Amino acid sequence: MNNFQQERCLICGQFITAVVGWGWIFSMETEHVICEACEGKLERIEGETCKICGRSFEALANTFRIGEICNDCCRWEEDLQWQGLLEKNFSLFHYNDFLKEVIAKFKYRGDYILAKVFSDEIKSRLGNMEADLFIPIPLSEERLYERGFNQAEALLLEAGFAPVKMLTRVHSEKQSKKSRTERIHLPQVFQLIPAPQLQGRKVILVDDIYTTGSTLRHAAKLLKEAGAFSVNSLTIAR
Amino acid sequence: MRFLVNSNHLLPERCLSGNSSRISQIPIIPQPLLNYKFPFNPKLQLLLAGKQILLDDIPFPFDEIQSHYENGYITYRKGIEYQGKLPVCVRCGNKDPQQFGSFMCARCGEQCLYCRHCIMMGRISECTPLIGWNGSEPVTEVPDKIMGWSGTLSKGQQEASDLVVEAILQNKEWLIWAVCGAGKTEVLFAGIEAALSAKKRICIATPRTDVVLELFPRLKAAFPAIDIAALYGGSEDRHVYAPLTIATTHQLLRFYHAFDAIILDEVDAFPYTVEESLQYAAIQARKPVSAMIYLTATPNQKWQRECRSGQRNFTTIPARFHRHSLPVPQFKWCGNWQKLLYKDKLPPNVIQWVKSRLDSGKQALLFFPHIPMMEKALAILRPLTPNIEAVHAEDPERKEKVQKMRSKELKLLLTTTILERGVTFPNIDVAVIGAEDIIFTESALVQIAGRAGRSKDYPDGVVTFFHYGKTEEMLKARRQILMMNREGFKVGLLDRESFKKEGRI
Ligand SMILES: [Zn+2]
Ligand SMILES: [Zn+2]
Ligand SMILES: [Zn+2]
Ligand SMILES: [Zn+2]
Repeated sequence: MNNFQQERCLICGQFITAVVGWGWIFSMETEHVICEACEGKLERIEGETCKICGRSFEALANTFRIGEICNDCCRWEEDLQWQGLLEKNFSLFHYNDFLKEVIAKFKYRGDYILAKVFSDEIKSRLGNMEADLFIPIPLSEERLYERGFNQAEALLLEAGFAPVKMLTRVHSEKQSKKSRTERIHLPQVFQLIPAPQLQGRKVILVDDIYTTGSTLRHAAKLLKEAGAFSVNSLTIAR
Repeated sequence: MRFLVNSNHLLPERCLSGNSSRISQIPIIPQPLLNYKFPFNPKLQLLLAGKQILLDDIPFPFDEIQSHYENGYITYRKGIEYQGKLPVCVRCGNKDPQQFGSFMCARCGEQCLYCRHCIMMGRISECTPLIGWNGSEPVTEVPDKIMGWSGTLSKGQQEASDLVVEAILQNKEWLIWAVCGAGKTEVLFAGIEAALSAKKRICIATPRTDVVLELFPRLKAAFPAIDIAALYGGSEDRHVYAPLTIATTHQLLRFYHAFDAIILDEVDAFPYTVEESLQYAAIQARKPVSAMIYLTATPNQKWQRECRSGQRNFTTIPARFHRHSLPVPQFKWCGNWQKLLYKDKLPPNVIQWVKSRLDSGKQALLFFPHIPMMEKALAILRPLTPNIEAVHAEDPERKEKVQKMRSKELKLLLTTTILERGVTFPNIDVAVIGAEDIIFTESALVQIAGRAGRSKDYPDGVVTFFHYGKTEEMLKARRQILMMNREGFKVGLLDRESFKKEGRI
């Protein structure tokens, strides 16, 4: 690649000022795909987090946590049907207004390339986790046609991981309007494509946003029942 | 989506098979002949006449769209074309390889290239057809009395107004070079009336949504019996067919061979690359035989040259409607002001300038090249007065702060170039701190100077460019203003006293 070619920030389109100097010589140098200003607007989730869902405890009142676990997770864990299914979720960034816009452009406008914004981060996170299979949360067929691609799959592919498309959707995605109890008692939204390689494997589910945890837990349930050893998950936003 | 190429038309193929292609890969797209016996759907006609939109934007079943195509009423065009190996977005004209992406597409089953540049209007990729109309245009009724406006024009406005009428009726291209505060909207009314009564479809395109919102009620009042569509990102008129359209320049991307006349406002308001793509959009949106009126206070160097050498039709309105000269900027050297700012100081002459405004009670607008320096200056100036704020493009309180300035709650407003145009305050002085910065182009500086002396009650205003070394752009800006004043005086649009006193140096 030409050292003098100026790259544009994938998010805002501004030229990225070259702070690298001669760094391009070393192959270890990570390629900057966004500018410093945009980088600064992404808020990493740091500090103390819920041991299960990865939510930050920083802005959370003490009444919403029980020890190392948040109230929501506690409720899931109290239910024998759901207990222990999802071992741990990792989320990279706070779902702030800026990230909301980026994700909306990525998945609703269909700007596929934005998957690259998160590639480095996903690479280093997944690299630190023991896993055999990376499974993206699927879209329904209509939704997939409408968008042209599945955002969870795009995130994995662009970070250099092979997505294993073992799950399909049996119901529509529209569940945000349902109450929590309804969601818990919802019949299974996913179907498993019979897969012998699942036995005893460590699975990582990937999705763009962790909202209620219900989607991930439904997927985890199915995978565990079919013999997965463990199910963890990774999302961009929380 | 993929198509099979039949002898004289395309057939959609929704299950992926070997023989079909994506529209971008079909060399020539067959266009079936118009079948006059076909009972076309007038709602589709209203939606599609003069447009280029995506299937996702059309709330009719695909089978109906396809049968209109097969009977010659609808056109399918490629969204992405190739010039040799290089892709071009047909909608926005984007050719920059960095502005394309590609993905494994669920619609066509292949690696599919898409345009990032215009993605906010719906994604265009290699498998995306642009849908347009090939049948007759909808018929619009014109009332007997079109215009309800009965104001009078200044001599300069009247001349320009007559030329706009002529250009529109004779499908010419014309540039109206009107100084800030000339009263350009009224200059358009006669031309719009002439276009409407000749059953022409006309569009005013302007860069900013604020201007669309401000112009819409004025047009509505001037043309009370005419349907007017107001188009901007998120507006509800998106698919309304109207003889008169007022739109942000970006919205032109949805039009194709639609207008008999386009009035393109403030073509210079964008950086060059954006400007290029909006010019492309305007050319797509006009009919092959049509009129184009360019409206600007600050044409770029190339256009100015073309005007001088007689290669471009143009008319100037060199003076404001209130007959007072344009304030001429004063240049004041202020040393290395950035270095001072790092030490939390401002140049003494800048402080002096600000203090004398505060003493006399005149409001002032201070322009800065970059946000961080502006924020520093804000902290330094705040002890002088509590009635001070700073705004920039992404400031969530932008509207409120401008409003506070209007209501005189603020004495000083610091700003980036975001307020260089559009906003008017009746009685202000203007300063630029760091006028040598590259962000302050000739056109930006002329616009900034044009903020002062706008109202007829307060036609005077001081404009000071504080600099750390004069630039060519500063000199050009001052030359342009002086030239306009001279010309205004020569053609009798300026009062003698005002010209002698402030209009020259
Ligand atoms: Zn950026
Ligand atoms: Zn939790
Ligand atoms: Zn495609
Ligand atoms: Zn485009």
